[in-house]
Amino acid sequence: MISLAGRDILKSWSNFVFTGMGLGLLIAVTFTMAGVYRGLVDDAKALLTNSGADLWVVQKDTQGPYAESSSIYDDVYRNLLSMPGVARAANITYLTMQVLRQGKPDVRAMVVGILPDSPGEPGYLMAGRQITHSHYEAVADVATKFKLGERIQIRRNEYTVVGLTRRMVSSGGDPMVFIPLRDAQEAQFLKDNDAIVSQRHRTAANPALNRPGVPGLLDAVIESQNHNPYVNAVLVQIKPGFSPEEVAAPIQRWKHLQVFTRAQMEEILVVKLVATSAKQIGMFLVILTIVSTAIVAFIIYTMTMGKIREIAVLKLIGTRNRTIAAMIMQQAIALGIIGFVVGKIVATFWAPMFPKYVLLIPGDAARGFAVVVIICILASLLAIRAALKVDPAEAIGA
Amino acid sequence: MPVKGIHIEGLAKRYGSGDTAVDALKDVNMEVAAGEVVGLVGPSGSGKSTLLKALGAVIEPSAGRMTIGDTVIYDNGWKIKDLRALRRDSIGFIFQAPYLIPFLDVTDNIALLPMLAGQSNARSRELAMTLLQALDMAHRAKAMPAQLSGGEQQRVAIARALVNRPPVVLADEPTAPLDSQRALAVIRILGQMAQQYETSIIVVTHDEKIIPTFKRIYHIRDGVTYEEAGEGRAFT
Repeated sequence: MISLAGRDILKSWSNFVFTGMGLGLLIAVTFTMAGVYRGLVDDAKALLTNSGADLWVVQKDTQGPYAESSSIYDDVYRNLLSMPGVARAANITYLTMQVLRQGKPDVRAMVVGILPDSPGEPGYLMAGRQITHSHYEAVADVATKFKLGERIQIRRNEYTVVGLTRRMVSSGGDPMVFIPLRDAQEAQFLKDNDAIVSQRHRTAANPALNRPGVPGLLDAVIESQNHNPYVNAVLVQIKPGFSPEEVAAPIQRWKHLQVFTRAQMEEILVVKLVATSAKQIGMFLVILTIVSTAIVAFIIYTMTMGKIREIAVLKLIGTRNRTIAAMIMQQAIALGIIGFVVGKIVATFWAPMFPKYVLLIPGDAARGFAVVVIICILASLLAIRAALKVDPAEAIGA
Repeated sequence: MPVKGIHIEGLAKRYGSGDTAVDALKDVNMEVAAGEVVGLVGPSGSGKSTLLKALGAVIEPSAGRMTIGDTVIYDNGWKIKDLRALRRDSIGFIFQAPYLIPFLDVTDNIALLPMLAGQSNARSRELAMTLLQALDMAHRAKAMPAQLSGGEQQRVAIARALVNRPPVVLADEPTAPLDSQRALAVIRILGQMAQQYETSIIVVTHDEKIIPTFKRIYHIRDGVTYEEAGEGRAFT
């Protein structure tokens, strides 16, 4: 039997291909939206993986350091090192801010305060070296577009970029800039000079802190105000043979801190932190699916209505309804396949151009293909219904 | 010996009911032998199209009897369940305009019918080629309909109507878009094909130039048919 759909497509293939390309662009947008969501989740997972931690120790009753702010004393890590099952523990700070560059636009980045050769340090470098000095060196993610040796400004201090890493991003997709922990602590709480002078005046004016009978008290208080003893979290690596839960339990119980395992932190980041974004993207996907269905339905319906006379003739000469329905459905599916191929290619080409990570995974493509085919089948039903209602008598005329 | 041709007796068609009922066909009686071409002539509104649709099994008559060969098609009700198969296997159609399927080439436009009837692709195309050769159209076998002249398209439509060897062919003003010479050529071909394939052909027309070519003519007026002898110029 002749493929009526195939012959019709071949006869007007250019119209068909161009229509399929238009649909393909819409499908590309759909794939990209799915990729944006996947990218968000992957960023969150990369953040956890790249930290190298098994446990996150944060302020009690908070879900820090990524989902909520958390502040704990920077000497807590010493106590944690003595806990059973803890192999390594290191302070870490996170601060999202605009990093300034000389003569170039500033860059939004997550500034991470780390200790050299400790958990939290970037696992690998694309270029340069890790931070070795106590101050004013930085390792940046390539997404910042910083160059090795470039001078960047964080708060009032300048840093030299000594290393470049990649896929080190915050859960929001901002690239990370690693600096020494002390500098990061200072950057988090550093006040401007006027505010410092004002604070000193206020402290000196406080009779409780400036007692004439206690020499050195005022200086000690002012000194303590100039130092920030807080970090956002302590990253813990556990010894082999211990489970994260059995190490976390005593820390939580005896140190009055909140401890999250990798699985718990992943749930916070993936389920809670990106939940709103996921719903937003989900709504877009639903709308795009509806719009795509409507467009395919409209195209197929219009194509079918343009062949009413031919359909009437086909019915008159004895063509079965299922042959006519198959012709219309095959054309709709062919349109969908062209759209899918174009959409996949276009999405693959433009995904790297997005400022945030867009992750296109084969599973989504496979699901997308199935959805496209289902959409095309559903969209063709309207045209099939119209075609089957065509009276073969129309071929004979009035 | 089996009876061939089409026999219509007292066929009627009423649209609507009660006060608004319209009798499009009141008393149609026709008999067309195998290999015969007859004309069906009548003014607008006389019931020609309704009769054609009833004969083509696309509308159901209200009363009467219709047989094709030995088979009773209609006797105050359809006697055949699968009207689509009846149209495919027993009735050929030629329209005022050729209405070829624009996305199929000449051969496949013709071969489609035997394929629909279950013949293999190769056999269907063989049957199509046989007819194209008979109609002197073999050289246009791979052409698309849009590449053919009006006369060529009508010859392809004739081939399509005959390819399943139907006992009856209904032609609805097949010469309307053609000039006199081509119109007469089409009628001549129909006559030859009717004899070659033993097909009964009913040609609905009010084309003055071809009416004299029929040996027998049925006039239809207000839903009633009247038989008249024709001049039969083309077939003598």
